[in-house]
Amino acid sequence: MYVSDSRATPAASASRTGSGRRAAVAPTVLALGSVSLITDISSEMVTAVLPLYLVAGLGLSPLGFGLLDGLYNGFSGLVRLVGGHLADRGGRHKAVAVFGYGLSAVCKPLLLLAGSLPLIGAVLAADRTGKGLRTAPRDALISLAAPPEARGRAFGIHRAMDTTGALLGPLAAFLILHFAADGYDAVFTVSFCVAALGVLVLVLFVPSSRPEKPAPRTASNPASLRAAVGLLRSRDVRRLALCALLLGLATVSDSFVYLLLQRRLGVPDRWFALLPLGTAAAFLLLAVPLGRLADRVGRGRVFVGGHLVLLAAYGVLLSSWHSAALPYAVLALHGCFYAATDGVLMAAAAEAVPAELRSSGMALIQTGQAFARFACSFAFGAAWSAWGDRSALLAAAGLLAVCAALSAALGMTTTGKAAACPR
Amino acid sequence: MTLRNKFLVLLAAVLVLSAVAATTLLHASDRAARKDRAQPGGPRVVAGPVALVPAATGRRIVFRNMAWGPHRDELAGVPATAPAGTRTASGVKCLRFYAAAGTGICLQAEHGAVQDSYRAVLLDASLHERAHYALPGIPTRARVSPSGRLVAWTVFVGGDSYAGTNFSTRTAVLDTRTGRFDASLEDFRAVRDGHRLRAADLNYWGVTFADDRHFYATMATGGKTYLVRGDLTTRTLTTLRTNVECPSLSPDGTRIVFKKRVPGLSADAPWRLYVLDLRTLREKPLGETRSVDDQVVWPDNHTVVYSLPGDYGADLYSVPADGSGGPHRLLGAALSPAYL
Repeated sequence: MYVSDSRATPAASASRTGSGRRAAVAPTVLALGSVSLITDISSEMVTAVLPLYLVAGLGLSPLGFGLLDGLYNGFSGLVRLVGGHLADRGGRHKAVAVFGYGLSAVCKPLLLLAGSLPLIGAVLAADRTGKGLRTAPRDALISLAAPPEARGRAFGIHRAMDTTGALLGPLAAFLILHFAADGYDAVFTVSFCVAALGVLVLVLFVPSSRPEKPAPRTASNPASLRAAVGLLRSRDVRRLALCALLLGLATVSDSFVYLLLQRRLGVPDRWFALLPLGTAAAFLLLAVPLGRLADRVGRGRVFVGGHLVLLAAYGVLLSSWHSAALPYAVLALHGCFYAATDGVLMAAAAEAVPAELRSSGMALIQTGQAFARFACSFAFGAAWSAWGDRSALLAAAGLLAVCAALSAALGMTTTGKAAACPR
Repeated sequence: MTLRNKFLVLLAAVLVLSAVAATTLLHASDRAARKDRAQPGGPRVVAGPVALVPAATGRRIVFRNMAWGPHRDELAGVPATAPAGTRTASGVKCLRFYAAAGTGICLQAEHGAVQDSYRAVLLDASLHERAHYALPGIPTRARVSPSGRLVAWTVFVGGDSYAGTNFSTRTAVLDTRTGRFDASLEDFRAVRDGHRLRAADLNYWGVTFADDRHFYATMATGGKTYLVRGDLTTRTLTTLRTNVECPSLSPDGTRIVFKKRVPGLSADAPWRLYVLDLRTLREKPLGETRSVDDQVVWPDNHTVVYSLPGDYGADLYSVPADGSGGPHRLLGAALSPAYL
């Protein structure tokens, strides 16, 4: 059995020496962090109770709609590109983000009305569309609000706040169910209220895009689709996208990591559902320090380094050495991998992509990485079937080592390169 | 808008949204409390002893009572000849239940401070706990072998990602005599068309025992479901045919009733009950035309009983197992029956 995952967001690299100076965090970054925190409470509340609602509340077997999952993932990648492109046209990052967050918010009460699997599937697809639309414009807003030398930290703060929300969501949901047995309608309604609050914070406290420069060029040189595709002509973007793609191809999906943990290190069944929390906790704690490190020593180095940490996690899973501490070590390494890559890639992307195409460029890199990871999961599942879990992981580890070496060779780890975007 | 005004707007919104949230919470909690009061017209439920062996007065149906009132979700018993009669509630709460020959399996929720957890409780003939096992997910199926020696259960595992829509199952088998516990059928050897099948997406659910060594179950991989025959001694699972879910073996061991995903039906209600003759491997639809998402039980060699969604969660229906006749409502507000 495995649970396919869709934590499809990425990491990557680039390089720039930061001054190490501790600037105040831009209010916009904090505001966007708050929006993500609040929204994640809302969405994870639903995620946490959804299986229970389907099985215990509606009496359905949720197995059927796992089949749609692959479809959703591909779709969400395309939506992300659309969101990125729309946001760049006329600098409407905020408008597109508001629409994306708003769409996800209205999906919460709709879950109550959808009483069958296909309808619930449709509502979840709409919810993911909202998520896909808003991701790139939001990351663009973060990058535009933070000074270049502190972008790693800004993304670190954002990801830490985001993950905090993800950890609080299930807690909130179970408190409600504790208070009102079978109160799934209450969970969904409260989730909607929380999501609406997130949208409001976004509307009120996040300024519209173009916060730094009045970007007069957007009028004469609109962010056309052609310009967005033309981004790939830029050596920096190409290199970054290629590295994200390469490394993504060797990144085994979360659910496989948890399954391997359980099988190879004998984690008891009852802890299975808690494994993602271990990863999230490490991610939360390390996102800011590793973001700052990325500002100092170069985003490329930290990004590739993050994948070496993942390689170490594979190594632990492959080792025959047994200790009660090993599962914790794997989860810590796994969370560290996310902290060193997820926001850091966007910080690197911000450097390579000009401001007027920021959102399209970020979407391009994220989608490329997401597809690479999807391909990896697919291949990994096949390899597992053909050779067994150990050999499949060994192959993934070998591939990851090669891809990391290639990325380093491509210049991902050099420092001191001038930023591609005008300050 | 000045920053001060923005905060005022935010404050107002927080107040309004909190009020909405609080109202739904109170409403839900009130409704939860209402479920503890018996409904007029509902079945009569009294507390009393329930045993997993035939009563002096004859056979009995033991099931999860879903009627509102103080005994909601408790295991209850009624005479098999008078299912609409007064229910005797045992005080033991289960989400899913099954029993045979004095052995009961009760899959229940434990309400924790932070999160619910689930466990499988092995019950003796007088519903006392013999052992319990922590479950990795939400219970869905439970079965006991005809002799009462073997027990199997299935749970849903999932929800580790944002708006995750993918779930998988784990099926465990326990030998109550030797204490041997197989936490997951995925550790068994799967054989399809004579070849060992290794796939990361293997899922098993819905075990039905033939004897104390052999059983049938559903296997899923690559978007297809299979009927598999399992052997606990060789730890092997062999596929027999496709598109079979939740098999249930007749007491004489000759036929299986299962839910089949019928092509062309709405995705909303994709399943129909079919009976499969194990000798000829011929199948025939039963007289129930609604979509059934349950593993049926056989009270005898000619009838099957299953649940469908109802006003108070679920109702039990019966239908002839040979394709003749139509469904008949057996018990309202009930789930997970076992005939003893």
